[in-house]
Amino acid sequence: MTLDFSVVTDVWQSLVYGTLGTLFLAVAGMIIATIIGVLGVAILRTHMVIPSFLVTAFVEVIRNTPFLVQIYFIFFALPLAGVRLNPTMTAVLALGLNGGAYAIEIIRGGVESIPKGQTEAGLALGLHNHEVFRMIVLKPALRAIYPSLSSQFILLTLTTAICTSISAYELTSVGQRIEAETFRSFETYFTLTGIYLVISMVTMWTLAAIGRRAFNYPQR
Amino acid sequence: MGYQELTYLLQGLGWTLVLTAMAFVGGIISGVIVALMRVSRIALVRYIAIGWIGLFQGTPLLMQLFVAYFGLPLLGFDLPGWAAVGIALTAHASAFLGEIWRGAIEAVPKGQTEAADALGLHTRSLMFDVIMPQAFKLSLPATVGFLVQLLKGTSLAAIVGFIELTRAGSIVSNQIYQPLLVFGVVGAMYFAMCWPLSLWGRRIERRMSAGLAR
Repeated sequence: MTLDFSVVTDVWQSLVYGTLGTLFLAVAGMIIATIIGVLGVAILRTHMVIPSFLVTAFVEVIRNTPFLVQIYFIFFALPLAGVRLNPTMTAVLALGLNGGAYAIEIIRGGVESIPKGQTEAGLALGLHNHEVFRMIVLKPALRAIYPSLSSQFILLTLTTAICTSISAYELTSVGQRIEAETFRSFETYFTLTGIYLVISMVTMWTLAAIGRRAFNYPQR
Repeated sequence: MGYQELTYLLQGLGWTLVLTAMAFVGGIISGVIVALMRVSRIALVRYIAIGWIGLFQGTPLLMQLFVAYFGLPLLGFDLPGWAAVGIALTAHASAFLGEIWRGAIEAVPKGQTEAADALGLHTRSLMFDVIMPQAFKLSLPATVGFLVQLLKGTSLAAIVGFIELTRAGSIVSNQIYQPLLVFGVVGAMYFAMCWPLSLWGRRIERRMSAGLAR
């Protein structure tokens, strides 16, 4: 057994670009997931029967099927729906929808943890419904759930690897190309694993730092 | 999609269940070891467990499968593909279950350990007769949640060419050119397996939090 990592280190530029691709997918996915999460919870709070049912069904379907099947489905469904997206943007959409379902579940838990009296106090002070939701419910709820949201985002970052299945531009697909050219499978994927470990650690620190800044207001 | 295609998908589904069962059983056994190492009184043992958990929680499952699939043969293990995939999934499960059970072990009130000490129980008896049965109950919702995660995770074996449900779906879809129908059916099959588990997990969780509130 001889290992030859030079085939991987020789193409370090492609690995850097692949890493940037992965980070792009992860960050874009997180942003879409957060938007879907907040919108979904806002819809659930209206207690309208059909919209709430649709949101719940979306959450259950996404959470109980594999991401790989979801991304294949979206990849083939979009053209039929007349939407033309390149694989990378398709991957962003798939990651956003998948992460969004988990975000709805997490944010809903946080929103439910806000005592009803606070909402009523806000309304009694003459705030509008949407002001109460944004200032009295959402922000403290987001602070409460930020840790679970962060770990969900780390998972989302790791999930980007699966986007190689539709040849989106990211680290794993770059790796698969290197492997196809060099036949050095183990060296390639071992190196990628190391890069992913660094990516997830950096993501974790960044999210923690954002959390410290964004929710740095008095507890009471 | 005819009868023949459907049987092919069901065969794939069978392999998905086999992989899941293999990884879950293997993961339970090795996960207990990881959890016990993680709460060990010896610092070195604890650090090894922390590293193991961090490695599997900090890298994509797909990379873990690739490294095992291509790496184990290099180490001289001449394994069939399904065994390499099974080993990777088992190691993956051991790290996640180990971390779940560590949390549960630490959630058992400290008075229990002290009471067992006062009764003069051995460390082994303390762990296996007093702490772990209680921790098991506490960890049940998270463990069921991970089982769903694992079942969905086996779909990644498709990317290394193992013919389980998702791979069977890709093959059928290439044959009959109806990707939406095929992946819709494949998705429905996964849903039929995962949803009852998710509901069960949520029910245990609700019952437990009701018990705690009392």
